[in-house]
Amino acid sequence: MRRDIFQAIADPTRRAIIALIALQSMTPNAIADNFHTTRQSVSKHLRILTECQLVKQEQQGREIYYSLEINKMKEIDKWLEQFRKIWETRFNQLDKVLSTMKKQKK
Amino acid sequence: MSNNLLFDFTVDKTAKTVFVTREFDASQSLVWDAFTTAEMLDQWGAPAPWTTQTIFMDFKVGGRRFYKMISPEGQEYFSVQDFTSISPKTNYKYISGSSDKDENINPEFYGSENNLDFSEANGITTFRMSIKYKNLEMLEMMANDRFKEGFTMTLNILEKLLTALKQR
Repeated sequence: MRRDIFQAIADPTRRAIIALIALQSMTPNAIADNFHTTRQSVSKHLRILTECQLVKQEQQGREIYYSLEINKMKEIDKWLEQFRKIWETRFNQLDKVLSTMKKQKK
Repeated sequence: MSNNLLFDFTVDKTAKTVFVTREFDASQSLVWDAFTTAEMLDQWGAPAPWTTQTIFMDFKVGGRRFYKMISPEGQEYFSVQDFTSISPKTNYKYISGSSDKDENINPEFYGSENNLDFSEANGITTFRMSIKYKNLEMLEMMANDRFKEGFTMTLNILEKLLTALKQR
């Protein structure tokens, strides 16, 4: 199932979950203990995050641990950085255009 | 050209909004013209080696700018900007999106709200812009693996970025 990655992180609870498991991998129960919500609700958030590949599951003994998929987060940051660079390039070009215009006005 | 001009780029993913701030060593009036006249926009509006060409621009409330971005390989990407509000020299707003070469809008990629502010102090003009995306797919498609297939990653991201840039 296709999930919208930015939709996934638009939800405050899911962002809180990401922040929580960024520090250490956790079981769904341990994660749920940090929220005033039902375990079912936390499970649903985890499922969405997993479908976006923002978090990954690991079986450790009888428990499933959730941890942050660092590469996916980096991918978003990388894209944003490239987006930023394009703006930077355009504005540097505009600096030159403005400079030329100023000279023409003199 | 001063190198210590402010440049700030932030993204609020929750609000689906990109914020851009930039200072320019020029008067507010000049910067305004650079943003609102087709001849000038075409000189800087595409990051080299891409180029941009305005097909028409009717800069008034209810008017439209129809333009294209041209890749180094010569591929053309068309976009529109529909002006919704203009306060001369200080602010204008437009709704933007992708279209085909005949100006037919792609509804899936139309509806980004662009708000541009201009102010001047001590001869330096500060430009502030926010782009609120209607749908998150627009942002998401940039980060999504499926768009990288068949291309080199960098080239493809660049192309997709420019698709997004079409709404500028």
